[in-house]
Amino acid sequence: MQADNAIITESLGRVYTIRGAKKSERKKLVALDNVNLEIHNGELFGLLGPNGAGKTTLIKILTTLLAPTSGKASVAGFDVYKQAELIRNRINMVSGGETSGYGLLTVRENLWMFSQFYGIESKVANARIKRLLEIVDMTDRTNTKCSDLSTGLRQKMNIIRGFMTDPQILFLDEPTLGLDVGASRDVRKFVNTWIKEDHRRTVLLTTHYMVEADELCNRVAIINKGKVLACDTPAALKRNLRKDALFSIEVVSAAPFTVEPLREIAGVIRADQFDEDGLSRLEFVLKDESVLSAVIDRFGVMKLKIRNLQKREATLEDVFVALVGTRMEEVEHAESDTDQ
Amino acid sequence: MLNLTQINKRASGLQLFMQTIIGRSSPRLIGLYREKSWLIFDVFFPMLSVIGYVLIYKAIGAPADYIGFVVVGGAMTAFWMNILWSMSSQLYWEKETGNLPLYIASPAPMMAILLGMAFGGMVATVIRAAAVILLGSLLFQVTYAIQSGLLLAVIFILSMIALYGLGMMTASAFLLFGREAWHLANLAQEPVFLVSGFYFPLKFLPFWVSAAASVIPLTLGLDAMRQLVFASGATLGFLSVKLEAIILAGLSVLFIVAAKLLLSHTEKLAIREGRITENRR
Repeated sequence: MQADNAIITESLGRVYTIRGAKKSERKKLVALDNVNLEIHNGELFGLLGPNGAGKTTLIKILTTLLAPTSGKASVAGFDVYKQAELIRNRINMVSGGETSGYGLLTVRENLWMFSQFYGIESKVANARIKRLLEIVDMTDRTNTKCSDLSTGLRQKMNIIRGFMTDPQILFLDEPTLGLDVGASRDVRKFVNTWIKEDHRRTVLLTTHYMVEADELCNRVAIINKGKVLACDTPAALKRNLRKDALFSIEVVSAAPFTVEPLREIAGVIRADQFDEDGLSRLEFVLKDESVLSAVIDRFGVMKLKIRNLQKREATLEDVFVALVGTRMEEVEHAESDTDQ
Repeated sequence: MLNLTQINKRASGLQLFMQTIIGRSSPRLIGLYREKSWLIFDVFFPMLSVIGYVLIYKAIGAPADYIGFVVVGGAMTAFWMNILWSMSSQLYWEKETGNLPLYIASPAPMMAILLGMAFGGMVATVIRAAAVILLGSLLFQVTYAIQSGLLLAVIFILSMIALYGLGMMTASAFLLFGREAWHLANLAQEPVFLVSGFYFPLKFLPFWVSAAASVIPLTLGLDAMRQLVFASGATLGFLSVKLEAIILAGLSVLFIVAAKLLLSHTEKLAIREGRITENRR
């Protein structure tokens, strides 16, 4: 065991057996496939991938809630399956959209109850609850019953629950899911401050929000269909795309159009169309900048008028597209269609 | 800077176990004074059944102690309802609401979580049962002839330990079987009311039916308590109080040990099969 690693996974896999409509019908679902990761102590590590990519399954295994079906994993130096008890007092977790706690208890009572499961002295727990409520701007809700909280406030309470026990390793599974822009920003700021206060703290954050991963994480692993496709710093991941030229062009057209003719142009690696408020935003990944003139020429043929043209930097979304071949949104839509 | 109070010491072992019991019992205890609707659902409604039986006994001219039997039986049904619908299904509901993964991923022993649920439920139900006894006794002027307060307390405590041990055991079963277990609970409600002698002396049932019903701790607990608090109780008892106390002690040990083993097995199985957070596996 390397002392500077908070989490290690080696050839980790998880296969679910799912019951069909008939009892005899069983099918296998590979949720994780040969996942190898090393997350260092003090790191804020991001797992980025669409819904159904295997992020939550990985979190469940690492938080001792689910056994792997192949490979192994260790957290804080202990095996997740064989030494679960030794891991549990070193970790905590918060999931987006969770409805934990009891509706009839107040915010303070709920948080106090969870603090007792970690053996925290009541006096210390109450002081931490008070301060954390101040930090997330919820002091006025201390004595509000949980059932009377909005989704956003309830999520803030869950986030306090995760930080209240001062875990060595914190698992945040889509922590900003369902939060508005302001609340999400507050949460990100809080996570950032918390990890920087003590270099021994580690956070594993799963998200499908690219900006969140980019803004917060020291390193990011991109995961899809249970496989880790890339793992590096956000800057390094984006750097690999630097040779491509990325353009965002807003156009208007009198008649409906598709991007197919633009995709046929030599040197166009990718072209996507997003219609917003009467404008069409076209996102291009070009082999190099010289291809742009051919694209603009084709605009003339297609009777498209340019309203705005920007050369932009690569984002993690571009990295995902380069690795998977489709946008994360498209993967999620395809997954939900398959489910239905 | 966050300026959070440092956690210098974390309890472990027995102290963590006790803290967990107190922590997990708090929702039930707080709910008692915060949600007063229990006065209607858990006192007034059970009283209706008690009133029904009392009126029947009065109409047929049954001995006065029978009315007391019904009042005590009516109070004790609160415990069976608590076991069946609250204690047994608690882990299942904890899973549905998302608390179960947080309990399991915490350092708190699951046995302490279950004991906390049991303790909270027991205290809340004792108050409800006491309210039924008080109201029933005042309404129907029940006369008690308590022979030994100490023995009565011992029988009651043993009954509670055995009963809530049974509840803890079934809680694990509910977690494993999910909704299927619901049907079993439905199935257990009315037959248990009958064979446990909630509203009549157990002695009037065939011996082997009473003996089989004795696996439900309330059966013997109720029978022994009636023997200890009513003048004619001893003549209507199923077994001697001493023997019933010994059986209850045995059931307490059996159910608590079985609950611990079953809980440990269920937790392992649920982790292996992914049932802690998912229902479809």
